[in-house]
Amino acid sequence: MASQEILREEPSRGSFINDPKIRGIFFQAVVVIVLVALVWWIAQNVIANLTRLRIASGFGFLNSRAGFDISESAIAYSSDSTYGRAILVGFLNTVIVAVAGIITATLIGFIIGIGRLSHNWLIRKICTVYVEVFRNIPPLLVIFFWYSGVLAVLPPPRESINLPFNSFLNQRGFYFPRAVWGDGSWLILVALLLGIAMAWFVARKARQRQMATGQQFPVFWTSTALIIGLPVLAYALSGFPLSFDYPKQSTFNLTGGFQVRPEFLSLYLALSCYTAAFIAEIVRAGIRGVNKGQTEAAAALGLRAGPILRLVVIPQAMRIVIPPLTSQYLNLTKNSSLAIAIGYPDLTAIAGTVLNQTGQAVEGVVIMMAVYLALSLLTSAIMNVVNAKMALVER
Amino acid sequence: MQEHDLSFVRVEMALAQSAPPSERGLGAWIRKNLIASTGDTILTIIGIVLVAMILPQVINWAFISAQWTGTDRTVCATVAQGGIQPDGWSGACWAFVNAKFGQFMFGRYPIDERWRPILVAILFVALLVPLLIPKVPRKGLNAILLFGALPVVAFILLVGGIFGLPLVETSLWGGLLVTLSLSFVGIAVSLPVGIVLALGRRSKMPIVKMLCIIFIETVRGIPLITVLFFASVMLPLFLPAGVSFDKFLRALIGVSLFAAAYMAEVIRGGLQAIPRGQYEGADSLGLGYWQKMGLIVMPQALKLVIPGIVNTFIGMFKDTSLVIVISMFDLLGVVKQNFSDANWATAQTARSGLVFAAFVFWLFCFGMSRYSMFTERRLDTGHKR
Amino acid sequence: MKHIAIGILGAAALGLVASAASAATLDDVKAKGFIQCGVSTGLAGFSAPDDKGDWQGIDADFCRAVAAAVFGDGTKVKFTPLSAKERFTALQSGEVDILSRNTTWTINRDTALGLNFVGVTYYDGQGFMINAKKLPGVNSALQLSGAAVCVQSGTTTELNLADYFKSNKMEYNPVVFEKLEEVNAAYDAGRCDVYTTDQSGLYGIRLTLGSPADHVVLPEIISKEPLGPAVRQGDDQWYHIVKWTYFALLQAEELGITKANVEEMKTSDNPEIKRVLGQEPDTKIGTDLGVSNDWVVNIVKAVGNYGEMFERNVGSGSPLKIARGINALWTKGGLQYAPPIR
Repeated sequence: MASQEILREEPSRGSFINDPKIRGIFFQAVVVIVLVALVWWIAQNVIANLTRLRIASGFGFLNSRAGFDISESAIAYSSDSTYGRAILVGFLNTVIVAVAGIITATLIGFIIGIGRLSHNWLIRKICTVYVEVFRNIPPLLVIFFWYSGVLAVLPPPRESINLPFNSFLNQRGFYFPRAVWGDGSWLILVALLLGIAMAWFVARKARQRQMATGQQFPVFWTSTALIIGLPVLAYALSGFPLSFDYPKQSTFNLTGGFQVRPEFLSLYLALSCYTAAFIAEIVRAGIRGVNKGQTEAAAALGLRAGPILRLVVIPQAMRIVIPPLTSQYLNLTKNSSLAIAIGYPDLTAIAGTVLNQTGQAVEGVVIMMAVYLALSLLTSAIMNVVNAKMALVER
Repeated sequence: MQEHDLSFVRVEMALAQSAPPSERGLGAWIRKNLIASTGDTILTIIGIVLVAMILPQVINWAFISAQWTGTDRTVCATVAQGGIQPDGWSGACWAFVNAKFGQFMFGRYPIDERWRPILVAILFVALLVPLLIPKVPRKGLNAILLFGALPVVAFILLVGGIFGLPLVETSLWGGLLVTLSLSFVGIAVSLPVGIVLALGRRSKMPIVKMLCIIFIETVRGIPLITVLFFASVMLPLFLPAGVSFDKFLRALIGVSLFAAAYMAEVIRGGLQAIPRGQYEGADSLGLGYWQKMGLIVMPQALKLVIPGIVNTFIGMFKDTSLVIVISMFDLLGVVKQNFSDANWATAQTARSGLVFAAFVFWLFCFGMSRYSMFTERRLDTGHKR
Repeated sequence: MKHIAIGILGAAALGLVASAASAATLDDVKAKGFIQCGVSTGLAGFSAPDDKGDWQGIDADFCRAVAAAVFGDGTKVKFTPLSAKERFTALQSGEVDILSRNTTWTINRDTALGLNFVGVTYYDGQGFMINAKKLPGVNSALQLSGAAVCVQSGTTTELNLADYFKSNKMEYNPVVFEKLEEVNAAYDAGRCDVYTTDQSGLYGIRLTLGSPADHVVLPEIISKEPLGPAVRQGDDQWYHIVKWTYFALLQAEELGITKANVEEMKTSDNPEIKRVLGQEPDTKIGTDLGVSNDWVVNIVKAVGNYGEMFERNVGSGSPLKIARGINALWTKGGLQYAPPIR
């Protein structure tokens, strides 16, 4: 690509000042010198400032006791844990909300995107309004909206809304029974893994058979039976080791059970709704990018509307959709840093707290940047693999 | 083949008949667009239920039950909360927005000096509108005035300190004034910087190319909040003792550099779409690098990526709301700040304020995106690809 | 072409770059003609903008006092609102000359963050506030096990909270926000049962809630929170000026010098008053410090003595109505004590 602009010139006969090659080298040398000088100047300033102000530096602080608590943590954490672990908790929280958001945003986005191309006028209009509203307001506002909305609508803990299966909804979040796995529950996990492996195997065999003989095999139903049936069987065999911890009312809040806090809920809903609007547009563009002849050819072969969409249009549309979809996933991950505005303990919020408790501004910001950069590169890498799989295979 | 004697050949055209009644009018439209099939009918019903659930409530809240005027919280609170509204009342508190409107627009900009931002706004509109309308002549002069002269005039007017204008520090700025000035400068800076970065990334000079790639990919990989943190907590340590940046300027640099990296990628997309023949044609005419880029490649590439550029602008406009995390108060920040005013603390205040802020942001973003669609259609004169 | 871009940015930057403090803060301050004072983003009684946008409160007045000592004019101050996160870097980098922002004095901040606290302008302690209407029967912090607690992140408050619940073997559920307004809003909306911060702050915050009468501050004080102004390390002269401005405020109260009577006091027969107000012949107290000899007169004229400052901003003359308590002078059983000015 870069070679497009290379000039294939005769070796210059005039002064060497006019030789683009030499000029290029000279120009780059200037850039390098300026840059090195700038970096050196900054480094000097930082060192001078830090020593003048006697600010400690280095990453040693990561091993000291954090001393503050975090409301939501996927791993064991208390105020006795280290700053390093606190940052890890924040990182995991970022990953959790990003993954949950990506899944939901993709689902909503696909539904809305296909809805915008629906023959049904009403559905089309509703989807258009959705997209135009969410695309044009800042994500931070969407988050505030959900948060103040969630807090305003829900009742205080003593007047919790009772939901089926002993679940409760109140201002402190959504509570539902937590599964407690007893002895022998590892069997269920093994059975589940076995079920997935067998389903995969069956699917492969079925495809081979269809290629060879043209006979179809009900892969979907067999897989479902394997994936659900085997664990259920294992559950029964191991003597029903599962029990539930139900949320109970106590002085202040509900205790026990599993609690989804309103901060997480608002952030997750806001990120999903916001990103879904963009994904919908991408999906719409992708589907419209599939040549109409493809649909018509499929119809001529006798396929019905459902299979046409599933077997012909979507696989082709995916090729157009995936690259921009990747950047939306990245955006969602980055936007999860807005959590700081509503107090969800994500990486930015916790790194900010650590930075403030220790005063190590440079190290704190470096950690933040490095982690987000790594996350972005990882997401890009995964999506590149998916893209390569999806890309048009020409025979 | 002509064994049969054709007894009748019609020589004149048959008159067009109107469509059968089943294909005409409202009934047919409904049949085609709403209840074409069973699935469609179910979808329509779901849609109607959805709209019926949401729309009346929204209209009632925003218009019918809304309170438009008032001096304090009593107009927007129910009797139980110490106000005048009946129990169970729920409506927008536009009175709050009304009372705080000045703050939402200008922040804590001194009241006596508010004619200055208003004057700047008038100048801005007066220069922008003719630029946007394709028929108005003298685009070049207009653009120079808007992007060259206006910033200088606006800077003098808004900051002051010379020509007898009292100095207004940027820490007093707020509201829409901050949102718009941040985005205007961001747009004006990010486009040229983005072009330079995009050219750098496609340059044949390896070091320049590498530096541009590192910059673009790093900035695109991290959230704007981190960039703003960087600007607000780290930048001061990068400078020698005794030199410090204005906070507003720091936010400005952060937002502009952030947008520039995205802009660079959009423009690179345009550059890649220009056929190689254009480059070669320019070379064969003996044009130098800058002539080639400035006269041949860039105009075509920019035209191609107008939607992308405008999307970046919209994104940046929305992103300015993040300056709230470094305690600057843009429109959203000021609105949020006013929620803590005890004089207006009601259950409806936050919702009304946020809806107002959302509406203002929406108006600007929607306007921009519609204008970009219009331009795209107008410029789409060339060969369709 | 990168350097051109940098050049353009640099040129634009120069337009607003302001030279602030280097090693000799006093010279810089005198050269620019005002003191840049870092305050909070809005805490009633300490530093909060009023309707006209003027900063009011003890912390804001303290900066005015320093300005009066340096320039003889208490209005030569500019305020920079800072979040908890920004405050230390702002001082370290020279963006502000004094950090007067209800900041707790700790050893870590003196040693590892490069600050120098000049004294304690307000002795505070961390307390708890609850909504008594929603939680009848709770009258001690020891009954708070299981509660959701709203707290501002990155403060000593957050650390004390963790220590307190841990040492009393109680559980709690932290709800942490970046900014004070956000904590207020969440508490008011019922997101948490308890609000914890410095007790003075609780009284101020209570006023801004929807129905202040419903909320009570629990009696326990769980920590020492000595709040005071801080300056950068490595500039002893500036440190002394700010420190002695604080002592002068106390000394003035001790000697009964007020905003109203300071002019008459100048001619007082009391040698101590004369000395403090710089009325002794050939006195060098002020000039040795680096300010004019009538510096205490200027301070008191600008903001009054410490007692006046206290009553006006947080005490009986304010909506907060906080009692002097341990913030009374040592002569009245409090902790405020100034070394002699002689």
